[in-house]
Amino acid sequence: MIVVARHRAELSIALAIAGLGLVLAIRAPGFFVAGNLLDVLLATLPVLIAAIGATLVILAGEIDISVGSIFAVCSVTAGVLAVAGVPLPLVVLIAPLVGALLGAINGALVAWLSLPSIVVTLATMVAWRDALRWITQGAWVQGLPAGFQWLGLSQASYPVAALIVTAGLALAILRGLTQVPAGRAIYATGSNAEAARLAGIDTRRVRFWTFAAAGALAGLAALLNAARFSQIPPNTGLGLEMQVIAAVVVGGAAITGGRGSLAGTILGVVLLGMLGPALTFLGVSASWERAFQGAIILVAVGVDALRARRVTTMVPRREPARV
Amino acid sequence: MLTATAIRKSYAGVRALKGVSFDLAPGEVHALVGENGAGKSTLIKIITGAVRADDGALEVDDEAVDLARLTPARARELGIAVIYQQPALFPDLTVSENIALTLEHGGAWRRIDWRARTDRARDLLARAGAAFDPDRLAGSLSMPEQQIVEIARAIGAGARVILMDEPTASLTDREVDRLFDVVRTLRETGTGIIYISHRLDEVFTLADRVTILRDGETVMTAPRGAVTRDEVVRHMAGRELATVFPKRAVTPGAVALDVRGLTSTTAGVFDVSFTVRRGEILGLAGLVGSGRTELAELIFGLRRPDRGQILIDGQPVTIDRPADAIAAGLAYVPEDRRRHGVVLEMPIAANTSLANLAAVSRHGLVQASRERALAERFRQDLQIKASSVVANAGTLSGGNQQKVALARWLATAPAILILDEPTQGVDVGAKAEIHGVMQAMVERGMAVIMISSELPEILGMSDRIAVMREGTICAIVDRADATPERILALALARPAAEATA
Ligand SMILES: Nc1ncnc2c1ncn2[C@@H]1O[C@H](COP(=O)(O)OP(=O)(O)OP(=O)(O)O)[C@@H](O)[C@H]1O
Ligand SMILES: [Mg+2]
Repeated sequence: MIVVARHRAELSIALAIAGLGLVLAIRAPGFFVAGNLLDVLLATLPVLIAAIGATLVILAGEIDISVGSIFAVCSVTAGVLAVAGVPLPLVVLIAPLVGALLGAINGALVAWLSLPSIVVTLATMVAWRDALRWITQGAWVQGLPAGFQWLGLSQASYPVAALIVTAGLALAILRGLTQVPAGRAIYATGSNAEAARLAGIDTRRVRFWTFAAAGALAGLAALLNAARFSQIPPNTGLGLEMQVIAAVVVGGAAITGGRGSLAGTILGVVLLGMLGPALTFLGVSASWERAFQGAIILVAVGVDALRARRVTTMVPRREPARV
Repeated sequence: MLTATAIRKSYAGVRALKGVSFDLAPGEVHALVGENGAGKSTLIKIITGAVRADDGALEVDDEAVDLARLTPARARELGIAVIYQQPALFPDLTVSENIALTLEHGGAWRRIDWRARTDRARDLLARAGAAFDPDRLAGSLSMPEQQIVEIARAIGAGARVILMDEPTASLTDREVDRLFDVVRTLRETGTGIIYISHRLDEVFTLADRVTILRDGETVMTAPRGAVTRDEVVRHMAGRELATVFPKRAVTPGAVALDVRGLTSTTAGVFDVSFTVRRGEILGLAGLVGSGRTELAELIFGLRRPDRGQILIDGQPVTIDRPADAIAAGLAYVPEDRRRHGVVLEMPIAANTSLANLAAVSRHGLVQASRERALAERFRQDLQIKASSVVANAGTLSGGNQQKVALARWLATAPAILILDEPTQGVDVGAKAEIHGVMQAMVERGMAVIMISSELPEILGMSDRIAVMREGTICAIVDRADATPERILALALARPAAEATA
């Protein structure tokens, strides 16, 4: 009973995914051909990794709209280093590090200067994107060394490895969020920062590290994405922030922080990631994809708002004036 | 003028009200009392349209009101106004703007007549019994002044029924008296008042009738003169309760906390020095605004002192952040626990363990079973009324949320515990439980600082009483020498004779 109530958001997306799968199975069985599923999987894994980062940030009561730009900077950096002959293992290490650094800049501005995260990440989003455009002059990174694609693995073993890495990461963070004190600190900070502070949680450090982690994850996502192609466009990752925030919200997290789960985000990524290819297979014009995405988001937040209204009648949300 | 019959309400399986009936006459103060979670706030919210009843009937002025369609706006039209414990004003607007906001109608683009607005605000404030400047910012008002603004708003809206949900929980005795004067004035003009409070003394000075709720049912309604305090308590709890403070003498040990010359101009605390010993309860008395909470926040690292020293077990310590304070063995239960204490979106169990996760963890992982066992223990000790410890704290009644916050700090088993208004908003039974827990803790050698605005509590539980006035401790009185008059006189800086008069 309680389990069902607690995981209602997750359950309803799982049902939506199953429903979509059923429609596909009946109307377009071609969707389930191994080759296609593999394509969908490879395209979805980077988004999933970036969405894990967004989940952390949103649970802590903040928002990061600079992921797409961080993703692009990391992609190009990895590509340029690889072209310059830097050994592959080093490149694999550097991409997330660059991401962590850029995330840490966001985090430092939010946590220690108490700037609103929407403003900070809007600024860094524009800044990184324009800096990249200026430096690359719009040129694609080409002539990547042979081993770069599939990150030195074979085309057959790479998806397995990528899946294992992503799943391992997701599982670790999933458990960490509920079972490690640091995970609790994220929820507490997002839900009631003042109470968290009084409970001895350093809410600034929590904010800083969630942004840094989100940056590192964006870097990893960039790597897994770049590995699929033989060249890297500098405008990669455009609109990624919308994709991942949408997935988090569809996954049942409160955009105001403190409530949500990684399981929900994963299901949200799967649902939104399946949508585009599914529409193509069902013969719906691709231009409808966005409209469907929007509809799914509205339904998800609408349901959430209705649920929230029932709960908040108990606690007036209006902030009382303080002396 | 208002009759509610057989009101029922369930929240996701919790039956909050199981058929409650209640009526209010014009010019009557009708008190609603009951234990935490009895359903008082729920009844109020149904009458004001904030939550929807499952079943039942409501009549206002002999006219049936459709409970299924009652909204806060409709309730206001019917002349029903509500005043919550925490006034809900807009801090950055002036008093007259705050009053106008709910009263003025018309288009968004009409011209505002500022003069008329201010005049009306002044007039309404006068009728609510206060004479402060309507151009002041709401955020600069004291708690009781903010409550008066809310009352002025209610009068201005032509309210004939005013509901007050624990309006005095954060007021001191003197401020309570002022509020009572206002309530009496309203009563004389024929306004009906529903008054919720856990302070039974208030109920007996103010109310014309008393209705007792227990577990979502009406136990009895009686005129004030027809019941005694003890009967009310018995009916609320459904059992006999001890009414004396569980104070037993403990031989105090070594000095646990030694505060020397603590000063912070921004916090308004000046040159405060005192000690607390193991096994001792130091009561911190004083008026609201005398700097007691600020002092606690300085000690706990929530504010930085300009000067002064803190010694714990004789060793000087540096406390810059709450985490430092916790590491040094301090715990602080803040006053406004609904806002600063509980994390509403977290289960009760996670709330209980939040400040002490190490105790329920193994190898850095939180053990759910241990966490639940911890929460379960405090649920029983403090009688937290909840369907289970995995329920979210947001689903609890106000008083039960207070108890969860208290449990969190008791669970840390600190060496030095600072309690800010520990029994505010909890019912008589739970109050006795909390006092019992405090006593048990000092017997185990804990040092306790208790801030309280309730004089009986201060006198009943403290070994020594430090009285604060204008940001400094003006006297420390031993238990044996403490009388209500003396403490009050010290807090007010008046000769004792005058205070008793
Ligand atoms: N939103 C909610 N979801 C679930 N249960 C709720 C909700 N609101 C109230 N309850 C439950 O309804 C019961 C009555 O709560 P109510 O707030 O009316 O109590 P109360 O008499 O005002 O108590 P207190 O003195 O502590 O303020 C409690 O058991 C509470 O847990
Ligand atoms: Mg209540």
